[in-house]
Amino acid sequence: MLFAAQLGTIALALAIIHRPLGHAMALAYTSRRHLRLERWLYRATGVDPDAEQSAGAYARSVIVFSLIGIVLVVAIQLAQPALPWSNGLAAPRLDLALNTAISFVTNTNWQSYSPELTLGYTAQALGLAVQNFLSAAVGLAVAVALFRALAPAARETLGSFWVDLTRGTLRILLPLSFAAAVVLLIGGVVQNLSAPLELTTLTGGTQSIPGGPVASQEAIKLIGTNGGGFFNANSSHPFENPSAATSLLQIVLFLAIPFSLPRTFGEIVGQPRQGRAIVGAMAIMATVSVVLMTAAELAAPGSAPAAAGAALEGKELRFGIPGSTLYASATTLTSTGSVNSMHSSYTAFGGGMAMLNMMLGEVAPGGVGSGMYGMLLLAIIAVFLAGLMIGRTPEYLGKQLGPREMGLASAAVIVSPALVLIGMALSLAVAGLRESVIGESLLSDGAHGFSELLYAFTSAANNNGSAFAGLTANTLWLNLALGVAMLIGRLAPIVLVLMLAGSLAARRALPETSGTLPTHTPLFTGLLIGTTLIISALTYAPALALGPLAEGL
Amino acid sequence: MTTPPLTSPASLARQFVDALPGALRKLDPRQLWRTPVMLITEIGAALATVLAVLDALRPDAERQAPLPFTIAVAVWLWITVIMGTLAEAVAEGRGKAQAETLRATRTATPARRVTGYDESADPGAERASSDEVSSASLSRGDIVIVEAGEVIPADGEIVAGIATVDESAITGESAPVVREHGGDRSAVTGGTRVLSDRIVVRITAEPGAGFVDRMIALVEGSSRQRTPNERALSVLLGALTVVFVLVAVTLNPLASLAAQPVPTVTLVALLVCLIPTTIGALLSAIGIAGMDRLVQRNVLAMSGRAVEAAGDITTLLLDKTGTITYGNRRAVDVVPVGGTTRARLLEVARLSSLGDPTPEGASIVALAESEAPSVATARPAGATLVPFTAETRMSGLDLADGSVVRKGAASMIERWAGAAAASVGNEVQAAVEIISASGGTPLVVAERTVDGDTRVLGVVHLKDVVKEGLPERFGELRAMGIRTVMITGDNPLTARAIAAEAGVDDYLAEATPEDKIALIRREQEGGRLVAMTGDGTNDAPALAQADVGVAMNSGTAAAKEAGNMVDLDSDPTKLIDIVRVGKQLLITRGALTTFSIANDVAKYFAIIPAMFATALPQLQVLNIMQLATPESAILSAVIFNALVIVALVPLALRGVRYRPASASRLLSRNLTVYGLGGLVAPFIGIALIDLVVRTLPGF
Repeated sequence: MLFAAQLGTIALALAIIHRPLGHAMALAYTSRRHLRLERWLYRATGVDPDAEQSAGAYARSVIVFSLIGIVLVVAIQLAQPALPWSNGLAAPRLDLALNTAISFVTNTNWQSYSPELTLGYTAQALGLAVQNFLSAAVGLAVAVALFRALAPAARETLGSFWVDLTRGTLRILLPLSFAAAVVLLIGGVVQNLSAPLELTTLTGGTQSIPGGPVASQEAIKLIGTNGGGFFNANSSHPFENPSAATSLLQIVLFLAIPFSLPRTFGEIVGQPRQGRAIVGAMAIMATVSVVLMTAAELAAPGSAPAAAGAALEGKELRFGIPGSTLYASATTLTSTGSVNSMHSSYTAFGGGMAMLNMMLGEVAPGGVGSGMYGMLLLAIIAVFLAGLMIGRTPEYLGKQLGPREMGLASAAVIVSPALVLIGMALSLAVAGLRESVIGESLLSDGAHGFSELLYAFTSAANNNGSAFAGLTANTLWLNLALGVAMLIGRLAPIVLVLMLAGSLAARRALPETSGTLPTHTPLFTGLLIGTTLIISALTYAPALALGPLAEGL
Repeated sequence: MTTPPLTSPASLARQFVDALPGALRKLDPRQLWRTPVMLITEIGAALATVLAVLDALRPDAERQAPLPFTIAVAVWLWITVIMGTLAEAVAEGRGKAQAETLRATRTATPARRVTGYDESADPGAERASSDEVSSASLSRGDIVIVEAGEVIPADGEIVAGIATVDESAITGESAPVVREHGGDRSAVTGGTRVLSDRIVVRITAEPGAGFVDRMIALVEGSSRQRTPNERALSVLLGALTVVFVLVAVTLNPLASLAAQPVPTVTLVALLVCLIPTTIGALLSAIGIAGMDRLVQRNVLAMSGRAVEAAGDITTLLLDKTGTITYGNRRAVDVVPVGGTTRARLLEVARLSSLGDPTPEGASIVALAESEAPSVATARPAGATLVPFTAETRMSGLDLADGSVVRKGAASMIERWAGAAAASVGNEVQAAVEIISASGGTPLVVAERTVDGDTRVLGVVHLKDVVKEGLPERFGELRAMGIRTVMITGDNPLTARAIAAEAGVDDYLAEATPEDKIALIRREQEGGRLVAMTGDGTNDAPALAQADVGVAMNSGTAAAKEAGNMVDLDSDPTKLIDIVRVGKQLLITRGALTTFSIANDVAKYFAIIPAMFATALPQLQVLNIMQLATPESAILSAVIFNALVIVALVPLALRGVRYRPASASRLLSRNLTVYGLGGLVAPFIGIALIDLVVRTLPGF
């Protein structure tokens, strides 16, 4: 009952939000007017806001911008001892700094470290929080570039990355985050610049109570599906997520943009019903996923769960099972990766579900922007097979799909499975690395140990950022391997998507006839779900069998 | 042309046996690299063979897997590869049967080449000298003389004369056809035989590059180029293959935390079962068979691309005559106006039709003669024929005494008669409209007397008979999303009546060749793909402009050059069949791909529990097919994978059954049959095969 009520609340909130928010985003990206602040920014950076970019130029801008971001964040971390409000913390190791920088620039927010013990307030705010905004804005920009390419008229360019980046940040993410931060403050999230308080507890021990600009960073962590917590305990920490109510609010906040983007898509391509078919597929997959995970946690076998009534290990009692599984599902279905419970302590099937959510490619609804372009890639593959089956050269929204389009789309889809499998295999097959992984990183052995590692690579390659706990990721090998997985898992699909957008944009849409495959019907929604499931199931079946299935059966 | 049937198992088995040598030759990796899926299967088979040989030399304890299992997997992997090449070889073999018949016409024949041909002074080459050469040494531009009983040495165009020609060697149609200089029936094909008369032919093709040569290359599949859709599909299959190779290669490192290593031969079996071998093996056979189905319908496509484009057609331009109506409109009545007698009108109508060799013209002469047998049948002495042209759309006679008779489309006669027409305008208009509204074609007859007096005499009623069953066929096309446009030289009223009767979506009346090409451009600018048929030289630009242009074999060389398909039967309704073949080709590919991918789910259920049977016995819950042992489970999956290729060869060659329907209906039907079927079929198939495999020693 409680579960149904919470799920219903979230669904209702999203149903109310998605249209106005989707519409507002469509307006933000299609408007011809520049705000005064924006014009000032363009002048200061030497950007011509009315010059549109080709696919190649757009992609180069994304890459250059991301690489500069990584360098800056590394520099800020290394300079930490010289920065104010650093609470006396030293500079992190280079491999950790690099991993952290990549993690925040790629919207992953994987944290190999314990934030309150590693980074001071300045590094968190100037380095990480800034990237929380920018990485989300990059995801939005790439998605919008693909939307434009799918609009009916043929065009040479995809828009200007710099303008899209600026508008995404200033017109969408900043206002939403500001509002969210205020609500979170009211809900009890802390916001200060105080040094940690040293208290003496009742038993006479000392305890350090940290503070910090939490609410402001928390807001964008959620809105931008970033997920990097201010504290190591992330959203299970009472200063980040005080109550069951703020927990629900957090879920709505990180689902808001991903579930509204299909509307934006529908408006930009001029057919809102196309967006509805996509959002339908996202919603069905998300609902089934959360129901299954909750069922797994409630029906947990074993004596401890039986005594407690459910699998409560690793979960906060103030959230309970539904509050925890809803959060765990939503955070892995999006690319958020913040947690309010420890996924490693979930039942084998519950934890497996969290992995499967990410393995689907994080498309239901996925990260800010990245979920939408991931879903469109799958839609293109679904349309290709279905189009052949009706005897026409396959087309999506009237744009014909040739060898080039299929090459780019299928390459983009296989990037993250390839990264996961190669990363895992290297970690376990190369003698030296295997020693490090088994000796330093894995907490458990056997199937559960396997799941820890599988979860880490899946989380990194899909830019999720949540961790299975247990695993010690702050080793040289995992910092580098996961860093590479995050970087390629983010930039390779982006480049492929933009090239795909470039070649789709150049095509003029064919008119719709009764011989055209309709892509706004329940049949297509079903086909899209089927394609998504089959592609990820076929890739990950052996891995899932070795981990969660072996453990749970 | 006949090809061996696909329905009888005996005939199919014979085709398989005949194709076996060809299939074995195709195992050469240099040939297989074009289908990476099959190349990987072959590498897997070779690897399994090496493992089997090495294992045979080792003592039992050092073997990774039981020896009978390794040998059986190796054998079945080779069978899988051979099934793939066999499918292609069978498809090609079917084409070869046709090519043999065609090649028989290709033998060198003696040709009489004219030297010093002078077209203006001696068009018939009566006085020019000629020498006898082999047909193989003829080149483009040469002039040859062909007389009754001789074989036409190469493709060409008649520059003088008229002849009946037996074209059965290429069309299979035994009735001879007339070929003559000028007009739209001037092209002749090398290898056909002149039955009567004598013609002078200008050679239009280099030896070995003629029509039949291209046809042989096409049906044999040797000049087959992969189409864009085929390449796009190959790319997708390639990506899936890459993923599955990764899955197989990384499996043992991944398993090392929780289970012991999987034998290499099992990994090879897993890989071959996962990569889309079914569609990979059948992909080129489907393409060849698609071409073959067109050739069986006597349509020769210049490229596979054109066949696929036919499936994408959204606008079909159909010439009314011959396609929608039987083509021989007959004069059934005359309507005199302005006090003209019926007899006078008939006489003038007859005179003006003498210069009109079309069936319509002939039917007017026949009508006049049947009503008034007394009238002279011959052409009056000294009269000059004014033949019908597409431009003037009038024909008639300029008589020796200076008077002139004309008949033609109402608008044209009106323009010709000028003010005179106005005097009887209303009466003529009424007659024209009544005839047009009834679906008939009115032809207005007029004369200009010696003293320059121009008079409209009346209207001839030509009746056009619409072919049966057309409204249903056009209804089907509409359901497929194809718009039909009827092209006619008739006036808008007539056009509308016939369009309504036949059930086409739109019509273009009083169409000139320029109108036609303008219409095609307009449709294409709206993003539509247009198909049309044509035979005349003036159709050539439109044929070239259309996405699918089907030239009639009886047409001019220019038309055949411009189109991307040639219909040997010269039957314009064929266009509908061509669209169907194009769609069927794509559907077959899509259906088998879906089937192939869906199969993998069941194969995982067979193989995963088997691979980890000892280390992770709990995974036996997934063994829902109740397969006996790990070895029998894996081998059964491999055997199923090979047999399903054989089972689907007839489907690949015949094409998936296709009934015109809307896109949604087609999709849900094919998704059910091939998607759901592909999910379920292997569960049953593998379980049944396992019942046999488990009885083998060592399993």
